[in-house]
Amino acid sequence: MIRFDHVFKRYPNGREALSDLSLEIAAGEIVFVTGHSGAGKSSLLKLITLIERPSRGQLIVNGQNVAGIGRGKVPAYRRQIGMVFQDHKLLSDRTIFDNVALPLIIAGVGTKEIGKRVRAALDQVGLLGREQSAPLELSTGEQQRVGIARAVVSKPPILIADEPTGNLDPELSLEVMKIFRRFNEVGVTVLVASHDIYLLEHFPVRRVRLEAGRVVETSDAGAGEKLLDPRKLIAADQGAKS
Amino acid sequence: MTAWLLRHVQTAIGSLGRLAQHKLATTLTILVIGIALALPACLHLLVTNAQIATGNWNRAVDLTVFLKRPTSAEEARRTAERIRQRRDVAEAQLILADEALKEFRRGSGFGDAIDALNENPLPHTIVVRPTEAYTNAANLQSLAADVRALPSVEAVQLDTAWVNRLNAILEAFQRGLLLAAAVLGLGVMVIVGNTIRLDIQNRRDEIEVTKLVGGSDAFVRRPFLYNGFWYGLGGAATAWVITLVAIAVLREPIGKLAGLYGSSFQLGALGAEASAILLASGVALGWLGSYLAATRHLRKIEPT
Repeated sequence: MIRFDHVFKRYPNGREALSDLSLEIAAGEIVFVTGHSGAGKSSLLKLITLIERPSRGQLIVNGQNVAGIGRGKVPAYRRQIGMVFQDHKLLSDRTIFDNVALPLIIAGVGTKEIGKRVRAALDQVGLLGREQSAPLELSTGEQQRVGIARAVVSKPPILIADEPTGNLDPELSLEVMKIFRRFNEVGVTVLVASHDIYLLEHFPVRRVRLEAGRVVETSDAGAGEKLLDPRKLIAADQGAKS
Repeated sequence: MTAWLLRHVQTAIGSLGRLAQHKLATTLTILVIGIALALPACLHLLVTNAQIATGNWNRAVDLTVFLKRPTSAEEARRTAERIRQRRDVAEAQLILADEALKEFRRGSGFGDAIDALNENPLPHTIVVRPTEAYTNAANLQSLAADVRALPSVEAVQLDTAWVNRLNAILEAFQRGLLLAAAVLGLGVMVIVGNTIRLDIQNRRDEIEVTKLVGGSDAFVRRPFLYNGFWYGLGGAATAWVITLVAIAVLREPIGKLAGLYGSSFQLGALGAEASAILLASGVALGWLGSYLAATRHLRKIEPT
């Protein structure tokens, strides 16, 4: 679903955030990306969401090479990725309903259908009945759940979360993660960037640890470490040839 | 199609609601636009009213034809009839010498002096009013020449100089009006553009989020275009009201002034066509100003 092939990301100030990163995430997988701040987690997510572009290397998301996606096609590309942010990024001057409905309005969904799907999404995060509240009337945990509802309301195949539990206490964090798991169970590819140790211990899912812009460790759910993943070797081989 | 239309209506109403939330700022912006648009509108009123007023004074381009002395009343009537039958003449009024003398005696107060004269010193006079389509200088000249060539005509008096001057003045005003409209129209665009720019800065977060969840540039821009639309419409409506107020204030004194000149002229308001043009250009300028500003400034806002 998401494949990094020897990707480098160097910012204009000269800092190299990603350096020869190769990584493959299969469709329907749920993956934690971990690492210290500055290890490249944010850059990795920014490349997937096309906020930034790779300096070198190839990134393929949902069968599309992002290098071939021009400025005008970025919006359509982003509609297949649901995004959850550490600071929720809700619009405080709109109701919960309007916040969650935004991706559907953008996609041009009809009014009736929007109402149905927004309520369904809010139901999935346990906030049905709060449609007419303002975001600031909700607790931080609830706001984060609204953010998740907005990310999944248009049923994107990929869900990306950047430190989704950064501001939450352990109990709320677990709840948020359970929501992610539920979406993963219905086939959504989920990628969570987090350095929340507690969370990592409680969720036996595949982990990718970054350090200085490289993958230094990847572990499958529960199983032992598989650093020499054959799929990745083939990918690396192809990347070197091309 | 209906969903698309519905979304536009929703965006338009949403934009109106947002403007209504910032009453003071919106009112000030609309007022500034209104004043800027009211200036050319008032100039237009000035020119059209001046044209109507001088239209009433068409009498002033009359030709006064003096007949030779002596000419019989019979001959004078025939001459007047010949002139009247011309295509470029609307009316030819014959004033016989005797009537003229009576009138003069009554109006001038020189009754005794006139009595002292043995004979009537006045000639027969024909006042010729040209058809309106022929009141330009060239036609008047040729009409005067033709009339002058008639056998019993002594002299033709025609004063086109001031008509020419007045027309030149009105033409200059009209040019000035165009210039003022162009400059102030540009001003309206700049005002709207700047307001939209500030609006975009204030809503930066919202724009970033909308772009993150897949909103295209056109989608993000749409509410700002509607803002420009409402600014333009509101400004044009304000300008229209300003012209009404100006007319209401000036109608009485202008009427009195016209009365002193023996005219029944009344100040007229903007006609339906001029009002429609005012509203349409307000909307167009508002829309264009916001389009340019939004296109330019929204491109620069990208999520980070």
